[in-house]
Amino acid sequence: MTDASVPQNVAPPPAEVPDVDLYHAHSWITKYVFSQDAKVIAIQYAGTAITVGILALVLSWVIRLQLAFPGAIPFIDANVYYQSVTMHGMIMVVYMLTAIFLGGFGNYLIPLMVGARDMVFPYVNMLSYWVYLIATLVLVSSYFFPGGPTGAGWTLYPPQSILTGTPGHEYGIILMLVSLILFIVGFTMGGLNYVVTVLQARTRGMTLMRMPLTVWGIFSAAVMALLAFPGLFVACVMLLLDRTLGTSFFMPSLVELGERKDYVGGSPILFQHLFWFFGHPEVYIVALPAFGIVSDLISVHARKNIFGYRMMVWAIIAIGVLSMVVWGHHMYISGMDPWFGFFFAVTTLAIAVPTALKVYNWVLTLWHADIHFTTPMLFALGFLVTFVNGGITGLYLGNVIVDVPLSATLFVVAHFHMVMGIAPVLVIFGAIYHWYPKITGRMMDERLGKIHFWITFLGAYAIFFPMHYLGVLGMPRRFYEMGETAFVPASAATLNIVITVIALAVGFAQSIFFYNLFKSLKYGAPAGGNPWRAASLEWQTPETPPGHGNWGKHLPVVYRWPYAYSVPGAPEDYLPQNAPPVRGERSP
Amino acid sequence: MTAEPVTTEHVTTELNLRSSLHGMVADWSSDQRSFKSASWGKAMMWIFLVSDTFVFSCFLISYMTVRMSTTVEWPHPSEIFALEIGGKKIPLILIAIMTFDLITSSGTMAMAVNFAYARERRKAAILMLVTAFFGAAFVGMQAFEWTKLIHEGVRPWGNPFGAAQFGSSFFMITGFHGFHVSIGVIFLLIIARAVWRGDYDVGRRGFFTSRKGRYEIVEIMGLYWHFVDLVWVFIFAFFYLW
Repeated sequence: MTDASVPQNVAPPPAEVPDVDLYHAHSWITKYVFSQDAKVIAIQYAGTAITVGILALVLSWVIRLQLAFPGAIPFIDANVYYQSVTMHGMIMVVYMLTAIFLGGFGNYLIPLMVGARDMVFPYVNMLSYWVYLIATLVLVSSYFFPGGPTGAGWTLYPPQSILTGTPGHEYGIILMLVSLILFIVGFTMGGLNYVVTVLQARTRGMTLMRMPLTVWGIFSAAVMALLAFPGLFVACVMLLLDRTLGTSFFMPSLVELGERKDYVGGSPILFQHLFWFFGHPEVYIVALPAFGIVSDLISVHARKNIFGYRMMVWAIIAIGVLSMVVWGHHMYISGMDPWFGFFFAVTTLAIAVPTALKVYNWVLTLWHADIHFTTPMLFALGFLVTFVNGGITGLYLGNVIVDVPLSATLFVVAHFHMVMGIAPVLVIFGAIYHWYPKITGRMMDERLGKIHFWITFLGAYAIFFPMHYLGVLGMPRRFYEMGETAFVPASAATLNIVITVIALAVGFAQSIFFYNLFKSLKYGAPAGGNPWRAASLEWQTPETPPGHGNWGKHLPVVYRWPYAYSVPGAPEDYLPQNAPPVRGERSP
Repeated sequence: MTAEPVTTEHVTTELNLRSSLHGMVADWSSDQRSFKSASWGKAMMWIFLVSDTFVFSCFLISYMTVRMSTTVEWPHPSEIFALEIGGKKIPLILIAIMTFDLITSSGTMAMAVNFAYARERRKAAILMLVTAFFGAAFVGMQAFEWTKLIHEGVRPWGNPFGAAQFGSSFFMITGFHGFHVSIGVIFLLIIARAVWRGDYDVGRRGFFTSRKGRYEIVEIMGLYWHFVDLVWVFIFAFFYLW
């Protein structure tokens, strides 16, 4: 790879692209509302995502209350329960996690981390947010239509999703599909921006192999999203036609309530293929940015370069490529040729290799490091634990023979909440604590942050870890109530109550975070430009928070990678990416 | 144990493979830009087209799946897409004309790109208008075809000739493609106007984006237009010829 005898950090070649001419806002509206500045768009994206995320959190309480105290709360009937399950899942996966990682962190961090003034097409970037907002409003508006939102489950499997037995079949399902189509259109505009900014708008000296892993994670996720969302787009268009025009793409001929429907000859399995062709990469669209961010948090707060940077990059790429060919493992129990099951099981288990490589590298980065137990670091460590836990249960479920009995149980709920619920959410919290000083110029309260971490981490563990046991006991997921089920012992009901109580408590405890977030805006300690003494480029802006155009008069010039911590001979224990080379330095 | 003599040929191929792999990685990860000859706009259009390829692929694969999974026989395309001209049924004649029309428009588009780079803006604008005309004609013929089929009783939910999915897939896929062509025509007209006025000579700023445009936008428009043509070739092959 790099020859050590060749000095890497000599002055980079001159600029290939002339400096961009930026749109300068003239009024309050164009500066803060219809803004073309990626940093403002990022905050709009994140704010919207967190707002719908809170709605989804409340919906999870509805689910938990029903599971613990079936029938005790009058307004939770079967329809409300299924609607809550559906909206909770869809909002969390698509409108919250995807939007906050790519639209929120992507918009804020990509231009700053690669040394650009803004995204390459700020106007398109602005449109992306507004289309996303409309998509969100369309989805939430389904609560105000007769019949309410759809209760089809977040996978929206036909035929049941559009038949009259499912709540929200009147308007809810239509609004859901329209909202998803809008989301994809909006995301495509943003995603193209993220990808092109990373590929074509880096500053002098910023080679791809000098980018922070955060950028690598978000970039790979954006590429995957551009390739995976088409599957969902097509599935939504066809399902919408089945629902509104009465086409039979996914609908076989069937009898409903003694009446023969007009549908004939469609293939419900086709929907599942299209859905999961999006659905599985979606897991990694959420996970890869989390991987990237956590690498940076660990490296900065352990004052050590990330272990095996190149392998980390290749692992991200390998995970991205492999995740496009594993979607069938969601369909083991849909009826599948055993050879396909074999193929998908092999690819699924193969993903464990690059993923494990990343986990080892995180652990080896921590090995003999100068670990600072700051709030971001705690969240990063919490991520490691939950992610390994969720990853290992993923190996169980990736095997056809283990998946078949477990697939319809709470084991799957436990697995995916560990691996793509709790783990990415911990990273989001850690990232907010980490970059808040750059975004606002003030520190968040460390003491409140630590209280928030321990409640969230231990609480989330207490919620989802027992669910594995419930799953192994055979407790089915998505059931409104168990009734007289012989194979589920009475003690399971007790465990369900415990889980619910903790879930309510952990949910309310998030108010500590929001209190901290808003209080620190005004009362937080002034942060200065680089409170964590981090080496990556976003901390080296001339102003904090970064001004319009990010870099003042001159774009920064990059001389080394973003992990130059504890460099021998350097004046401090870190060397910023844009600091001139030190004698004898061998940073890549 | 004696060492096997290593042939130099073997060594050089191995070395070449390694160095070319490294060269590829080095090129891709090089300073500032990964695609040295592509501007931001061109790179963005290429990546969008890759994404759009996935959309059309999903549509076409879904169409093939329902065509194979449906229980009723699929209508015969050469009979359905036939026109009666002078008392004779000529199969696929309209589609042949539409395809010829669209491929011709690709030719005029390519000429427009050439003239745009040569800064002959009147010629470029006129050729773009010709391209837009061919595109509009294509959409018009498509509307004619839709009308004819609808008169014959083809509906998205069923038709008198066979499998219901025939009408569903036909209207969905040709509709989605026709939508792409229509969008293309609109943008061709907008850009042709800008070229005609000489916006890219005087560096006039865009109405929405407030950025200065360049003649390269004609080529980016051309990328989209050729893509839409290429997609049509696949729809033609898979829908009308199969």
